[in-house]
Amino acid sequence: MEYILIIISAVFVNNIILSQFLGVCPFLGVSNKVSTAAGMSGAVTFVMAVATLVTYLLQYYVLIPLGIEFMQTVTFIVVIASLVQMVEIMMKKISPSLYQALGIFLPLITTNCAVLGVAILVVSKEFTFGGDPQLLNMSQAIVFSIANAIGFGLAMILFSGLREQLELANVPKEFKGVPIALITAGILALAFMGFAGLV
Amino acid sequence: MAKESTLKNMLLTLSIVTLAASTFLGMVYAVTKGPIEEAMIQKTNSAIMQVVPEFTNDPSSDKLLVDLSGKSYWVYPAKNGDNLVGLAVESSSSGFGGRISLMVGFSSDGTIYDISVLSHTETPGLGDKIESSKSNFSVQFKGTNPDEFKILVKKDGGDVDAITASTITSRAYCDAVRIAYEVFKQYLNDNK
Amino acid sequence: MGKLNIITKGILKENPIFVLLLGMCPTLGTTTSAINGMGMGLATMFVLIMSNIVISLISSLIPSKVRIPSYIVVIASFVTILQLVMQAYLPGLYDTLGLFIPLIVVNCIVLGRAEAFASKNSIVDSALDGIGIGVGFTLGLTVLGAVRELLGSGALFGFKFIQGDGMLVFILAPGAFIALGYLLVLFNKYKAKL
Repeated sequence: MEYILIIISAVFVNNIILSQFLGVCPFLGVSNKVSTAAGMSGAVTFVMAVATLVTYLLQYYVLIPLGIEFMQTVTFIVVIASLVQMVEIMMKKISPSLYQALGIFLPLITTNCAVLGVAILVVSKEFTFGGDPQLLNMSQAIVFSIANAIGFGLAMILFSGLREQLELANVPKEFKGVPIALITAGILALAFMGFAGLV
Repeated sequence: MAKESTLKNMLLTLSIVTLAASTFLGMVYAVTKGPIEEAMIQKTNSAIMQVVPEFTNDPSSDKLLVDLSGKSYWVYPAKNGDNLVGLAVESSSSGFGGRISLMVGFSSDGTIYDISVLSHTETPGLGDKIESSKSNFSVQFKGTNPDEFKILVKKDGGDVDAITASTITSRAYCDAVRIAYEVFKQYLNDNK
Repeated sequence: MGKLNIITKGILKENPIFVLLLGMCPTLGTTTSAINGMGMGLATMFVLIMSNIVISLISSLIPSKVRIPSYIVVIASFVTILQLVMQAYLPGLYDTLGLFIPLIVVNCIVLGRAEAFASKNSIVDSALDGIGIGVGFTLGLTVLGAVRELLGSGALFGFKFIQGDGMLVFILAPGAFIALGYLLVLFNKYKAKL
């Protein structure tokens, strides 16, 4: 039951882009076409799940036992940066076709704040499932990260679909490009607010 | 200009950079550790000062745990000489965005003296009106006795005016206040 | 390039928010009020200036293939210092800005300036670049925060002008996108007139 709650809350209610403002850079940067948006989402899902698993283990089995939680930011970002590199190298060897599809997005993910953001949220934010607020356990953390990645993908793909249409629309000169995209994103965020009562 | 990359100098550079960074951070941590703890104590103390009548003791060194239905809550007795003038109770509940932690202060007769929000993660502009600096929501609790003033939002049959469009937050706030009152009664019982 | 020019270009011609469109996450996430926007801007400016200085100092010693990881470690260290110092001396602001403080690490502006400017220029120029871009970022955040606060809660820097609520949507997530969109439109229009 709590897994369903986590998924609905992360995908719709607290959508990572539209209500948490994490990962807005790729959201605006690579959302011109549906196909690239889908590729980016795929790569993010993969990295986010693996990164969350690794940082979760690091937090509870290294940082906390050693009493050096203040090194969290440095450790997490180094892990994510090296992980992205590793994924890139492994993907090239194991599945060249997957690399062809997702490879070009991988270097961009290091500076995608959604990945670091979710990794930090997982070990710091308390969630409520009816009872008392509590931190996530490991399986919940993985589900949370994947659900957030799905939320990221959903927002990306919806938005890129809208932007493909906007390309053809006749908008005033000053609105062209990013401004009208931002306003559209605002309306999309407004629509997502309708999910607020769900959980 | 940037150097040629060889495995040796790459490894060496990265190790030196990380080592230097962690040493430096360790130093900064050692320096700021004291002030960070102090800031947290200061926060608790100023919350206590706000929510109970004037006292002469040091409530945070007199603090003790009160058990209530399987859970423990910190209480901070405020004393004037030997007389108990008030009690600050730290309680929490689940709001819309996560945990809402309150410091609820009671006068010795059981009326609510004042309430201060210790921490919350409610939506800015909506749920964050529980903070006394953001709206008058918390004022309605002042000077009321939870035995007569029903600490439930009006929708649930109580006497509390909920924050517009933030019923879940208002409910959670009331929950925490009610828990605090139960803790207060338990404390009086324990210390008869 | 004149020293003054390095500073001023960050404020208008290469404004990180309105022209370069970098660092959008904190821009949208922390600007619920003018004060918060300003706090976030100043925090980012600190990291920008410090990391620009250090990176310009060490860039000639670093093999090019490991330069990005090294820069990230430097930036992350300054962010951690900022976290510790804020927790100690500005706990209130630290609580408000929350998650977005550690996320300065992945703010594209910081790494972008390190790579594009600091690694190729002298210490003084890099520091000035950090100041210029930092001021531009802070200004952008403060303006956006002020607009959202004014429309959303009828206040400016905490002083309330109207009774009751404003248009709440501007404080909430959708308003952030919409307000920034319209500010960009205004900026584009003004820029065209120059």
